[in-house]
Amino acid sequence: MSFPWAQQYEPKTEFTRWLDSRLPLPRFVWNAVGPGYPVPRNINYFYNFGVLAGVALMVQIITGIILAMHYSAHVDTAFDSIQHIMRNVNEGWLFRFLHMNGASFFFIVVYIHIFRGLYYGSYKAPREVVWMLGVVILLLMMATAFMGYVLPWGQMSFWGAQVITSLFSAIPLVGESIRMWLVGGFAPDNATITRFFSLHYLLPFVILGVVILKVWALHIPGSTNPTGIEVQGPQDTLPFHPYFTAKDFFSLTIYLIFFAAVSFFLPNALGHPDNYIPANPLSTPAHIVPEWYLLPFYAILRAFTADFIISAKLWGVIAMFASIILLFFLPWLDSSRVKSASYRPIYRWFFWLLVIDVFILGWVGAMPAEEPWVRIGQAATAYYFAHFLIILPIVSMIETPRRQPNSIAEAVLGPEAVRARPASRPAEGGFGGAMPQPAE
Amino acid sequence: MTRWISLGAGFVFVFVLLVAFFAPREATEPDPLKALHLKPRNVQWQHDGPLGFGVLGTFDRAQLQRGYQVYTEACSACHGLRYVAFRNLEALGFSEPEVRAIARQRQIADLDPNTGEEITRPGLPSDHFPSPYPNETAARAANNNAYPPDLSLIVSARAGGQKYIYSLLTGYQPAPPGFQVTPGLHYNPYFHSVQIAMPPPLMPGRVEYADGTEATVEQMAADVTAFLRWAAEPELEARRRMGLATIGFLIILSVLAYATYRRVWAGVPH
Amino acid sequence: MASDAKIISAAGGSPEGADVRRRDFIYIATGAFGAVGAAAVVWPMIHQMNPSADVLALATTEVDISSIQPGQAIKTVWQSKPVFVRNLTQAEIDAAKAVDVSTLRDRETLEQRTQPGRLNWLITLGVCTHLGCVPLGAAEGENKGDFGGYFCPCHGSHYDTAGRIRRGPAPTNLVVPPVTFKSDTLVEIG
Repeated sequence: MSFPWAQQYEPKTEFTRWLDSRLPLPRFVWNAVGPGYPVPRNINYFYNFGVLAGVALMVQIITGIILAMHYSAHVDTAFDSIQHIMRNVNEGWLFRFLHMNGASFFFIVVYIHIFRGLYYGSYKAPREVVWMLGVVILLLMMATAFMGYVLPWGQMSFWGAQVITSLFSAIPLVGESIRMWLVGGFAPDNATITRFFSLHYLLPFVILGVVILKVWALHIPGSTNPTGIEVQGPQDTLPFHPYFTAKDFFSLTIYLIFFAAVSFFLPNALGHPDNYIPANPLSTPAHIVPEWYLLPFYAILRAFTADFIISAKLWGVIAMFASIILLFFLPWLDSSRVKSASYRPIYRWFFWLLVIDVFILGWVGAMPAEEPWVRIGQAATAYYFAHFLIILPIVSMIETPRRQPNSIAEAVLGPEAVRARPASRPAEGGFGGAMPQPAE
Repeated sequence: MTRWISLGAGFVFVFVLLVAFFAPREATEPDPLKALHLKPRNVQWQHDGPLGFGVLGTFDRAQLQRGYQVYTEACSACHGLRYVAFRNLEALGFSEPEVRAIARQRQIADLDPNTGEEITRPGLPSDHFPSPYPNETAARAANNNAYPPDLSLIVSARAGGQKYIYSLLTGYQPAPPGFQVTPGLHYNPYFHSVQIAMPPPLMPGRVEYADGTEATVEQMAADVTAFLRWAAEPELEARRRMGLATIGFLIILSVLAYATYRRVWAGVPH
Repeated sequence: MASDAKIISAAGGSPEGADVRRRDFIYIATGAFGAVGAAAVVWPMIHQMNPSADVLALATTEVDISSIQPGQAIKTVWQSKPVFVRNLTQAEIDAAKAVDVSTLRDRETLEQRTQPGRLNWLITLGVCTHLGCVPLGAAEGENKGDFGGYFCPCHGSHYDTAGRIRRGPAPTNLVVPPVTFKSDTLVEIG
C-alpha cells in the first residue's frame, strides 16, 4: 500500500523475525508511520495538523476516561460532581481543564487542517474518500462536543441541549416526536444526561475507528503537497521516520505550549460564565450561545429569518446541516485538475474570502439577533453557500491555472538541479548516516 | 449533472437569504437601560500578579481572612457557600484547631443516629458551609421573590468575574434624575438591569477587622471579592505553579525538538 | 532551497566524528527530556485514583458513647467500614480474662485490646477477618456465637467477649482501630 521505493521492513533479531511471521505489528507500524511510508519532501508546517489532531483526540480520550471515573451522570448530582472533581479529586481540576480546553484545541487544529485541505486541493482525486472520512469525523466531533457540553448540567448545558434538540422539531409532521425521542422526555432531563453521557463516551472511539480508516485511505495515494503535483519517484519523497516524526514532534511541542498556556492560565476564557450556574429549567439565560467552534453554524442557522414555501426555522435547520453535508460533494463540485491554490489565481482569492467569511459567521454567531448582525450574517451565509455551490464549480471551469513545476523535486531543487542530475536522487543523509537506500 | 444540482441548490439558498435580507425590519426602540449600564471597574488584586496578567500572582492570606470575615458577617445570612468545606479554610492560613473552632460555631443539619430524627449538630471540619435556605423556593419566599445565589462559584459564574463583583458591591448610588426606581429595588448601574433587589450589603464599619485595617466599603468589597475568587478557584495557585513548570519544560523540550529536527533534516532540501 | 553543493556535502558530512557525537547528544537529550515529561504526566493520572480530599477528611470519626449501657453495643461507621462499640458487663470482662491466652489462635489479652483504665469499652471493626463479612452480635437478640461475643454467619467464625477468634476459619481477632478517648463520653476513632 505504498510507493515501490518505500523501505522494506526487515526484522533484525530472532524475536522480531518470530513475531513478524505471527503478528506483523512492527511491520504495520513501520509501514504506517515509520521509514516504510514515503512522504512528499516539500510539505510545509500546515501538513502537521493531521498528526496534531490525532494527539488532540488521544488527549480527549485519556482525560475523558479519567473524568468519567469521578463524574456522576444524574441531574441531581452532575453539577456537584464537577465541583467534586475541581475541589476534591487529586489534580482533578487539571484533567477537567485539559478536557474542556482540549475540545477547543481539537477544533482549532481540525479547522486549520480542513482549510489546509481546501487550499491545497487535498479533497481531489484520488483522495476523495480521505476527505469524506474527514467530514464524517467532523460531524462526529460536533455531536461529541455538543453532548459533552451538556454533561456539566450548567445553564448553558441545559439550554444548549434545549435549543439544539428543538431544531429537530422543525421537521414537518414527525419533528416533535423526534425531539422527544432524542431527549427522552418533554424537555432535557435525567434521561437526556444519561444517554448523552453514554454516547459521549462511545463516540470518541468511533472517531478513532474512522481515523484509522482515514489514515489507511491516505496511505494508498500518500499525502498531497504544496505544489499539488503527485509524487513521481523516490527523489520526491522522504521516509516518514525520521524526517516527519522529528518535524511532527517539534510542532507538537509548540502546540502543547499554546494548549498549556490556555489550560493553565486562561482555563475559562473559551467557556461561558453561565455554565457555572446549575441548570434551571425555569430561567433562560439572557443570551444563549454555543461553544465558539459551533458559532459559524449557529450563525447559518439563525440567518434564515423569512418564511419561503417552508418555515424560516426549517430553512435554518436544512441550511445548517447542508453547510456540512455539501463538503461531501466538494471533490465533484471543484472540477479543476490543478490541486494547489498556489497555481489557481482566481480560486485563491475566493479561498481567502471564504476564510474571512467563516470568521464573520463565527463572530455574528456570538452576537445577539439584532441589526446589523442579522443582515451581516445573512450576507455571510449567502457567500458560504455561493462559494461552494456556485463559485467553485464555475471558477474551476473558466480559470486558467498558472504553470506548475514538472515535479516536486524540481520545485524543491530548481529545474537546473534536476536537469543536471537526472538519474540521481537527493541524498537522504542526516540521520546516523546508516539509512538503507531504496533500490533504484 | 452534479454541477447543475449544485448550482440549483446554491441559487435557492442565496435567493431565500436575499428574501430575508431585504425583508423589512420592525423598528426597535433603543433599550434605555443600555445607556445607564456600566462596565465593571478596572481593579487589581495581589493575586492578579504583576501587570494583572495573572501568571505569577498568589493570594494575600490576610486579605482572604478579612474577606472570610466579611462573608461571614455581611453575606452569609442570605448567601450560601455550599461547595466550600470548613477544612478548605486551612488554605486561608487558619490552623487546624482554628478551623475546628470555626466549624463548631455552625449548626449542621443531620439525622440522629439512634432515632433517625432530623437534628442539628455542631459542624466538623469535613462539613460544608450550611446554606441559609433549604432550597430556592424558600429563598425566594423569604426575599420578596429575589433569589440570593450561592456564592461558591459566583466569581466564575458572572461575566467580568471579580471586577464585576467588586463593582457591584461598591456601585450603589442614587439613581439619575428622572429614573424611577421600582420600590423594593436599589439602583446599581453595574447590575444588568441597573436595579437590584439586594440592599447595599456594605457600609463603612460594617465589620471590625482584627488586624486594624480600616473597614471602608472599598476595602471590604476588595477583601470579600478576593475571598470569593478563592472560593470559586481554590486551585488557582497550584494551577499557576504547575502551569509555569509545564510551560518552562515545554519550551526547553521544543528547543531540543527543534535541534533534533534541524539535525535530522540537515542538508536535505525541502 | 539548497544548492547542489549543499546536497553533496550533507551526504558526506564534514568533520565526521565531532558531527556524530553532537548529533547523538541532541537525540539523547531530546529523548531523555521527553521521557521525563511523559513520566511527569503519568503521575497525576495515577494519583487521581487515590482517595480524594473529601474522603480523606473523613479519616477520623467521633462517636458519642454516653448512651450505651453495659451489655449493649452500637454499630457506627469509620472509613466506610462498620465499627462495633461495646460496653462490656463485668461478667463479660471476667469471662475474657479467664481465658488462658496461650491457648488462643491470636494471642491477645483484653487489656491489649482496650484503652488503659477502660476495660469495658471494646471497640473493634465489624469485619470478620476471614473474608470480610459483618459478624452478628452487636444488636439486641442477635446470635453472639458460642463464646458470647460475635458470630460470623458466613463461615461460622465465633469470637469471644474480647472480640478474639475462638472457633471457625477466621485467622485473627477482630481488628482494633486506633482509638482516643476525648472525654468519658466521646471517642475518636482513627
